[in-house]
Amino acid sequence: MRNDVKPALRKAAGRVGQWRRPGMQAALAGAVLAVITLAARAGDAKAPADAGVAEVHIDNFAFTPAELSIAKGTTVKWINRDDIPHTVVEKGITFKSKTMDTDETFTHTFDTAGELTYFCSLHPHMTGKIIVK
Amino acid sequence: MTKNNDNDGPVVDRRQALECMIWAGTGVLWTMSGGVPVSSLITDANAAETKGFSFLQMSDSHVGFSKPANPDALATLNDAVEKVKSLSTKPAFMIHTGDITHLSKDKEFDDAAQVLKGTGLQSFYVPGEHDVIDEGVGKAYLGRYGTKDTKGAGWYSFDQNGVHFIGLVNVMNLKAGGLGYLGDEQLTWLATDLAGKAASTPIVVFAHVPLWTVYPEWGWGTDDGAKALTLLKPFGSVTVLNGHIHQIVQKVEGNMTFHTARSTAFPQPEPGKAPSPGPMKVPAEDLRKFLGLTSVSFVQGDQPLAIIDQTLAAL
Ligand SMILES: [Cu+2]
Repeated sequence: MRNDVKPALRKAAGRVGQWRRPGMQAALAGAVLAVITLAARAGDAKAPADAGVAEVHIDNFAFTPAELSIAKGTTVKWINRDDIPHTVVEKGITFKSKTMDTDETFTHTFDTAGELTYFCSLHPHMTGKIIVK
Repeated sequence: MTKNNDNDGPVVDRRQALECMIWAGTGVLWTMSGGVPVSSLITDANAAETKGFSFLQMSDSHVGFSKPANPDALATLNDAVEKVKSLSTKPAFMIHTGDITHLSKDKEFDDAAQVLKGTGLQSFYVPGEHDVIDEGVGKAYLGRYGTKDTKGAGWYSFDQNGVHFIGLVNVMNLKAGGLGYLGDEQLTWLATDLAGKAASTPIVVFAHVPLWTVYPEWGWGTDDGAKALTLLKPFGSVTVLNGHIHQIVQKVEGNMTFHTARSTAFPQPEPGKAPSPGPMKVPAEDLRKFLGLTSVSFVQGDQPLAIIDQTLAAL
């Protein structure tokens, strides 16, 4: 049985290393997020994107990109791609999603400039930031 | 050392014991004497020799979960209940350390209650974070499990055979960037609850998220857990039972014994050994080797305490 488990773990451990490599998040964001492709490729998540819709994916108990810069009026859509439910709650509770099960989404439109930190109320070590310019 | 030390099973060190428990699914009898843990591999035969008062712990049933890691979490909960019914010594009662349901839905609570009723045991619950994600943020749970004795979000204490049991809630009002959270109201209640108790009173504390820091990178700990442990420090025998991490981890610190239980639904990876703490997929035929329940025995008037973990495999 240990032999059955070990290869899977070794594989998983390899993924941890990759996932933690700097720049990987930006690369992921570039691959999946048309709206912020330019920002991600430049490796500068702080560059503002056009108003419209931007996506934040939830994978492996993490918001990707963890920090997203958007223009005022942009709608952000969070998509949960984990096997476990998550939520999106702004620190000051100015907005709050319902529980999102697998593949469920939450959208919020940002009309005021500023920096907002949000987290998952089920797994509060999951945090993210939206910078509205 | 202890009366359990003379069985024929090989004595293994803690590291080996942990590996056995997690990966081989072997039952391990764990005794404590003067704060020194001794592990020996056990069979059901010598487990049954443990005399005196015992109770069961079940955890993380996630009824409603149907993803590939376990397409039918209700079926494995049912297996756990069958396991309970087959025990040669009937436990005094059962505690469930939360995540009874996966999404706090009425049907999930109903299904779980229906199956758990099959144990025929009086049962005590605390909520996991999955049990308080209804619209009312915990109203569904309290509506079912709250009693005249539960305070706040559902914490309480009770006494059984001279042992003081405390059920705590550390899954409410979680803070951005934080871990599990008890909150000042609950800590104040805990201080009052313990006030005036003799230091010789054995204490069992149970809560969903580990009260000690197991792996903060995955949120496996409680922000203000240390405050609760400080209140418990004067007591000569403290056992802390948690769930949440779907695997067995244990440690002894002074007079405190910490132990986490397996899930009845799906395993989670060892800390840091996967990209996330999400459900760990194992071959379907092996799933039940990763699931299980825990029984805890007290020998009256004596120090040793035994924690026995059993898997759901080989019913
Ligand atoms: Cu989450």
